[in-house]
Amino acid sequence: MKKAFSCVWLGIILALTYLPILIIAVYSFTDANMVGGSISSGSFENYINLFKNDELRNMIFGTVLLAVGSALLATILATLGAIGAHYSKRTQRAVLNVANQVPVVNADVVTGFSVCVLLIILLGIGKDTFVPLVIGHVVLCAPFVYLSIIPKLKQLDNNLYEAALDLGATPAQALFKVVLPQLIPGILSGFMLAVTLSLDDYFITTYTKPSTFDTISTYVVNATKGSQTEVKTALWALSTLIFLLVVIIVVVMNVLSARRKEKTKK
Amino acid sequence: MKLKLRFSRSQLCLPYAVFLILFVIAPLLVIIYYAFTNGQGKFTFDNFTNFFANSNTIGTLLYSLLLSLTTTVICLIIAYPTAYILARSGFKKQYVLLMLFILPMWINFTLRITALKEVLTVLEGNISLHPFLNSVIGMTYDFLPFMILPLYTSFLKLDKNLLEAASDLGANKFIVFLRVTLPLSVPGIVSGITMVLLPSMTNYVVLDMLYNSTYIMGSLIGSYFSAYDWHNGSMISLVLLIIIFIVTLVTNRFSDKDSDSRRTVL
Repeated sequence: MKKAFSCVWLGIILALTYLPILIIAVYSFTDANMVGGSISSGSFENYINLFKNDELRNMIFGTVLLAVGSALLATILATLGAIGAHYSKRTQRAVLNVANQVPVVNADVVTGFSVCVLLIILLGIGKDTFVPLVIGHVVLCAPFVYLSIIPKLKQLDNNLYEAALDLGATPAQALFKVVLPQLIPGILSGFMLAVTLSLDDYFITTYTKPSTFDTISTYVVNATKGSQTEVKTALWALSTLIFLLVVIIVVVMNVLSARRKEKTKK
Repeated sequence: MKLKLRFSRSQLCLPYAVFLILFVIAPLLVIIYYAFTNGQGKFTFDNFTNFFANSNTIGTLLYSLLLSLTTTVICLIIAYPTAYILARSGFKKQYVLLMLFILPMWINFTLRITALKEVLTVLEGNISLHPFLNSVIGMTYDFLPFMILPLYTSFLKLDKNLLEAASDLGANKFIVFLRVTLPLSVPGIVSGITMVLLPSMTNYVVLDMLYNSTYIMGSLIGSYFSAYDWHNGSMISLVLLIIIFIVTLVTNRFSDKDSDSRRTVL
């Protein structure tokens, strides 16, 4: 009885969660121009439009490039930052931790607006240089990378580093060949997190982007205000593709981490 | 030798420290400066007195609070039993199930809200007739995973022996829940609340996309940004910062240190 209730509850919540996404997915394969509208035939038109339309293609490409680029920058900065903080004095580390926490707790609107006021209004850096946009995205992502590396650093066995030095490694070698490899799971998951945060961002992008550049978020918001049906239905296709991609990535990551666990058990 | 070595390792955090000072701390100082000056650069309290003396902006503040509190309570009501069942019902493949609930947060939120909007349009006809209801649904749809995750973590940590001890000592199931489970899940509740409360005060895109033309705090920043009014925009940012600061101070007392699980699943 209790188990039955649990299953029903989870089922309802899952259904409500996935219903909109799945309905859009079904409609993306038809020629209907609105949900609930008449379907006369199935069609891949939306998917073809998604890649034929220059504006859409550039927008997707730009979004991905921005996400990967700023995630890379954020990962490098935050990894060095986390390692440095780990070996710093307690007060220094505490200050860094607090500063790192600011963008985490801050609202994205405020982060975006403040970066915009400093860089674009006060310092006069042009939006068209993409510098404010990239800096904004690194500000958004880097703190989360930092937070995902810190626990790995705490688990480190410090003796390994000392042993490497005793065996003749230079400090730099010990750092890159002994410490860094052990941090890789944290760095990777931090990087993934950074990519998803950047992909999902709307506010920082709006306040810092060049007027001719759009990410998926800003493009979708503008598109919902307009009435271009072709773009609207092409976005259904995009949403379906992203959904499938996320499912695949999550499955692969979980299979990989399950394998890793199995290995360590043996 | 050893001292010199530690010195060089801790220096690795310098680039990140500089980055945080330049692009996280400095923007906040600039915001404070702009909030207390007018267009001529003169010191003034006018931005604040205008905000707090104007019934429109106070209305916006109250509407934001009402909307975010409603969203938070509904998220909590849905997420609490969900997380409880996920963590404690002993389903096989518990982790896969959790993933199903968390997965939507990796799909771009504007695309998810678009999908939701299509479904709501079918259900309600003209969605602009139920602005508050739709905004609450939209925000709940957007933020639910962020509430489930910390709750799940806190239930997972719960020591089964404590529950058994309580029932051995004569407590019935309800009392066990009230006196043991509930208090021990408080860190999860608090961290879930912060994850939903603040974004739902500021994420005005959800309202825009669902045709709710009422302003929330975030919309004010957006409209001052479009009007190039940096001083009033900064003033609103500062008001939000103060709210965030207070919430963080309060919640820090409840949260336990190592469950900072915001968006960190992968």
